[in-house]
Amino acid sequence: MSKLPKPDELLKDLDLHKTPEKHWMDIAPEFKPGKFCYAVEPQVMEDLGRPHLGKWQPYDEKWPLPDDWKERILKGIRDRMERFRSFKLFMDICVRCGACADKCHYFLGSGDPKNMPVLRAELIRSIIKGEFSFFGKLFGRMAGARPLTEEVLKEWFYYFYQCTECRRCSVFCPYGIDTAEVTIIMRDLLHELGIATDWAMKPVRFSHFIGNHIGLQPHTIKENIEFLLGDIAEITGLNIEVPINKKGAEILFVTPSADFFADPGIYTFMGYVLLFHHIGLDYTISTYASEGGNFGFFNAVELAKKLHAKIYEEARRLKVKWILGGECGHMWRVWHQYHNTWFGPFNYMDIPRSPITGTVFEHAKDNKIVHICEFTADLIAHGKLKFDPSRNDHVIVTFHDSCNTSRGMGIFEEPRFILKNVCNNFVEMPENTIREKTFCCGSGSGLNADEYMEMRMRGGFPRANAVQYVNQKYGVNTMACICAIDRAVLPTLMKYWVPGVEIAGVHELVGNALIMEGEKERTTDLRYRPLKGMEEEV
Amino acid sequence: MNLVFSILMLIILILIPVIGVGALGLNSLFAIFIPYLGFALFFFGLIYRMIDWARSPQPFKIPTTCGQQKSLSWIKRSRLESPATTWEVYLRMFFEVFLFRSLFRNLRADFDGKRLIYGSAKWLWLGAILFHVSFLIILIRHLRFFVYPVPGVITTIDFVDSFFQLGLPPIYLTDALILAGLGFLLLRRLIDAKVNYLSYASDYFPLLLIITIAATGILMRLYIKPDLYAIKQLAYGLATFNPVMPEGKLSLLFYIHLFLVSSLAAYFPFSKLVHMVGVFFSPTRNMANDNRMKRHVNPWDYPVKYTTYCDWQEKFRDVMEEAGIPIDDEWCKETQKQA
Ligand code: SF4
Ligand code: SF4
Repeated sequence: MSKLPKPDELLKDLDLHKTPEKHWMDIAPEFKPGKFCYAVEPQVMEDLGRPHLGKWQPYDEKWPLPDDWKERILKGIRDRMERFRSFKLFMDICVRCGACADKCHYFLGSGDPKNMPVLRAELIRSIIKGEFSFFGKLFGRMAGARPLTEEVLKEWFYYFYQCTECRRCSVFCPYGIDTAEVTIIMRDLLHELGIATDWAMKPVRFSHFIGNHIGLQPHTIKENIEFLLGDIAEITGLNIEVPINKKGAEILFVTPSADFFADPGIYTFMGYVLLFHHIGLDYTISTYASEGGNFGFFNAVELAKKLHAKIYEEARRLKVKWILGGECGHMWRVWHQYHNTWFGPFNYMDIPRSPITGTVFEHAKDNKIVHICEFTADLIAHGKLKFDPSRNDHVIVTFHDSCNTSRGMGIFEEPRFILKNVCNNFVEMPENTIREKTFCCGSGSGLNADEYMEMRMRGGFPRANAVQYVNQKYGVNTMACICAIDRAVLPTLMKYWVPGVEIAGVHELVGNALIMEGEKERTTDLRYRPLKGMEEEV
Repeated sequence: MNLVFSILMLIILILIPVIGVGALGLNSLFAIFIPYLGFALFFFGLIYRMIDWARSPQPFKIPTTCGQQKSLSWIKRSRLESPATTWEVYLRMFFEVFLFRSLFRNLRADFDGKRLIYGSAKWLWLGAILFHVSFLIILIRHLRFFVYPVPGVITTIDFVDSFFQLGLPPIYLTDALILAGLGFLLLRRLIDAKVNYLSYASDYFPLLLIITIAATGILMRLYIKPDLYAIKQLAYGLATFNPVMPEGKLSLLFYIHLFLVSSLAAYFPFSKLVHMVGVFFSPTRNMANDNRMKRHVNPWDYPVKYTTYCDWQEKFRDVMEEAGIPIDDEWCKETQKQA
């Protein structure tokens, strides 16, 4: 790992209005430590039965490309033009107005013009023009065309792994050109040659063969959960059980596996189970379908589909009525936008209906999947939950909309409604940095690798900057979110840019505030931090 | 460099009719054949593009949700930005196409010391609206050359447009506005460092071409007045597919104007200008955010191999038994039977 520069150094030369002397086509990417992810280990690809380049690293002068690499890429491009209208169209209609230019967090944090979404897409658009179009060949660079070379391939690797597929650019583009979609397709295309990153592919292998990203085996999952239940007993005095692989349960609950084992996701998990216990929900979690996250999505469409198929086999096997999904960003983008196409129709399940309030989730009637924030917001609206928000008085909370749930799903009000019910101190960040205009954590889409730390801190800078503002102005010390990757990477980002701000899941705060039958008087929150006014007791 | 190249291209385009008509006297080639060719390319080119896009399926439903989804009944949702019905999608598209709604949202990001700040940036939107709306009105106005009798709508538009005459000699309002809009767009490309960096000749060229067309049009209206009757004769003949060379004389300026218009038409479908029809196909905008309500089918979807429950259970049978996690052999028998 490279040495990470200090925050001030990182911003020192940042200028959003300076552009290089040279034409962008004449600038080759430099693989500097901290700015790229390592290449995938060949064994990982072999295990998954996919092509690979053998042992190599992106900074190698010469990549071990197969002889026919060019034909394979060109064929791959043609194939994707035929299969994705989005791709074909986005290649044709960009007018290079630049409205998307300063919307990308990577551009704002790096000042590198090739991180302007429009130029990012030009990296492939120029090849399509140069290799397939008559005018492109005739006018070359004047028309924005160039031929496909090994340099181009390197550039693709570099910049399509400097896009977190966050879609912020798409919000502002007059034609809705979604550079995230271009990135998704381009990574898929690079997979034709086996070009991929290690950080994003290892979880795929684990998830495929074992069931979740870090390869937790069934008994380990159970142990972890029991450990968390022990903490719950200590904090609340309640003995709670979590049903595992229970046949005939009404609801299958699937959440990103990080919630089982990684700090601070585990507190969110404690929140879920406190809630489920409190309302007496008939649910189960599964050690087979133990992952809601999907690193396949960050690599290739086919891999994405492969990883989530087990959720449906499990729903059929356990004969559940519907599926409830935990707090996760890209998991929900995939569930919301792709599942119904990949795995439907789901007629072996029922239209989701809350067993507590009787609410029928009409908007999920075909897909049979409900977001836990939708579920909890409904409970609160029906007065089914009692809270003591003062148990969250030691935190001043702001909410981070994760890119995927906001721009890929449209869930804005539900988590805010919950937060306002369980906390007394809720503050919004500046308007242009939240909701559909929210900024990415900088580490999404499989880019949360340690070797990529400098870019992560750069990409997360716009987010952190907005947090810093409310931190200084209102004393915000906690940022709530509904995404497991956020929970994994935002603590690092905060430590770097805004020390003193912690990251929490929405349901962690629900768990803190929930007044439950049979509980003892709580003196700490779920993290064993003393509640306000309880400092002596602890 | 890009700009110089575009200007050169434009000069060549202007020289073609100058030589063709002025020197070689190929009047009917330029008055009849080339306009037909240009518009045929425009028409069939656009159709070709549309069919080409339509031929590729949109495999997944990927609307960009720029507002609250439809979920619980008591949550106020955004019908425009997260449409849940076809009708709402039409509304969203209407606002996109006619009012450039997404562009209206535009922000400018900048540093204020170490703080990133976001200012409103509506100039691009304004420039784009000025240009596009004026262009549309000018096009409609031109229909008076092609139809007889001239419908009331067109005369009304013409009347209103020239009612707000600017200066003397009188010039149409839209003529001034289109030049303002185009001038802004061109200046922006030259002055804004970021936009300048990402502009190609193929970005300058269409702007310059349209500016020149507008300029030649205005020149004809103001100074070098052509024989209007002759133009009407020609236009009407072209429109009714009964082309005749008019009896009166058509000025060279008119030939240049006409040739540039024909070039623009021919260039249109094969350049970025196709965004005009492309915008209607944009899946992030023209699909409803009803993904969990209604199934979307991908015609090329195929089954994938995944680790089945039984394979998985076999692998972990021992540790599962030891940890007291239920084993399900029944399911394996059942699925094997089916397979
Ligand atoms: S906003 Fe859209 S049209 Fe404009 S440059 Fe970006 S991608 Fe192209
Ligand atoms: S999707 Fe996000 S990361 Fe990628 S180009 Fe657009 S704004 Fe940048």
